[in-house]
Amino acid sequence: MRYWWKALAVLLLFYTLIGGFLIEVPRQVILYESIRNLYFHVPMWFSMIFLFLLSTIYSIKNLSSGSLEDDRKAIELVNVGIIFGVLGTITGSIWAKFTWGAWWTNDVKLNGSAITMLIYLAYLVLRGSLDDEQKRARISAVYNIFAFVLLIVFIGILPRMTDSLHPGNGGNPGFNNYDLDNNMKLVFYPAVVAWILLALWMANLRLRISRLKENLSS
Amino acid sequence: MQKEIRTELRQKSAINGIFLYVISTVFIAFLVFNQLEDLTTWIALFWIILLFASTNASINSFRAESGSQFFYYYQLCSPQSIILSKLLFNGLLLVLIGLINWLFFSLLLGNPLENNLPFLAVLVLASLGFSGVLTLVSGIAAKTNNNSTLTAILAFPILLPMLLTAIKASVLIGLGFGSDEWQLYLGMMGLINLVIIALAYVLFPYLWRS
Repeated sequence: MRYWWKALAVLLLFYTLIGGFLIEVPRQVILYESIRNLYFHVPMWFSMIFLFLLSTIYSIKNLSSGSLEDDRKAIELVNVGIIFGVLGTITGSIWAKFTWGAWWTNDVKLNGSAITMLIYLAYLVLRGSLDDEQKRARISAVYNIFAFVLLIVFIGILPRMTDSLHPGNGGNPGFNNYDLDNNMKLVFYPAVVAWILLALWMANLRLRISRLKENLSS
Repeated sequence: MQKEIRTELRQKSAINGIFLYVISTVFIAFLVFNQLEDLTTWIALFWIILLFASTNASINSFRAESGSQFFYYYQLCSPQSIILSKLLFNGLLLVLIGLINWLFFSLLLGNPLENNLPFLAVLVLASLGFSGVLTLVSGIAAKTNNNSTLTAILAFPILLPMLLTAIKASVLIGLGFGSDEWQLYLGMMGLINLVIIALAYVLFPYLWRS
């Protein structure tokens, strides 16, 4: 039964794919069928933030314990988080092209996501420029915590203060006001769980590969 | 702590260099634009020059501590007092740079702002925030080999939110909006500053020990 969560991830993903494309959705002007992207675009960002949060927690653990295992977890979570961030950007960009008419707009949330990606790419650059393992673990942990907390402050506060094209901001109604109807909730919440589980699974695999490589080289 | 500041002040040439950097950049902008009446361009230019001057000023804040001096400080004082003095010094330096930047902008390029006092408040808050981020990040970069480029790479994404807020606030102030329009931004910048200083204070000892 150790693998129950992986089985759950697969089941829920199939459910998301089949349900997401087949179950009836409310017809909205402009959005039409593209509303189904909600099951893919939004959970990508949820998963990314969740992984970065976990990574920050492991970085804090690493600072207090100094164990390299925590550092390895932190970096693999960031790696997978970046993949999900890229996927979220791509799905969002396609969605924006069909609903707002442009691949990229000067929107707070888009800028926020761009800043997020820049921060974590910088984190990878920082890791690349340090050779000593203990030192790398400690210094990158400091940067990870610093960047994540400021990031949360930023994406937590700023989008609520300025106009955005996204639903729920700047006078645009949020999905949960009236158009996230029960049918959509039925798919959306399992989809969030499914993508997060998949992300954790990927991070877990990467972690095990990195451990094996470590064992091979030593 | 005071000794730290005094040693920094002893290297006058570095500080004068930064001031000269600001003045000559503004002068170049003056040669290009002569008189800048467009508010948006003025603000954009102002903050870009300030951003690069601040980065240049703070990049070297840990260079002195890389050699044998490091061990001297290491034994002498606690990391908390070192980061606090660095933050204080860099904060003062960047506020000074910001004021000089503003002064020369007003002198050479003209001042299209409707309301200068709140703009100065934004300037001071932003400079303090810049100094907090840049101090910790240059501390991080000092631990690596290729330090100066890394500081910029690491600091810019973290500085962007602060910069965006500052630009938004200065546009509102520059257009002459009432205080209830931009107070929110000032409050937010104050909040970010507090978070930055608290984080730097908590995290720096871990950097210092390695």
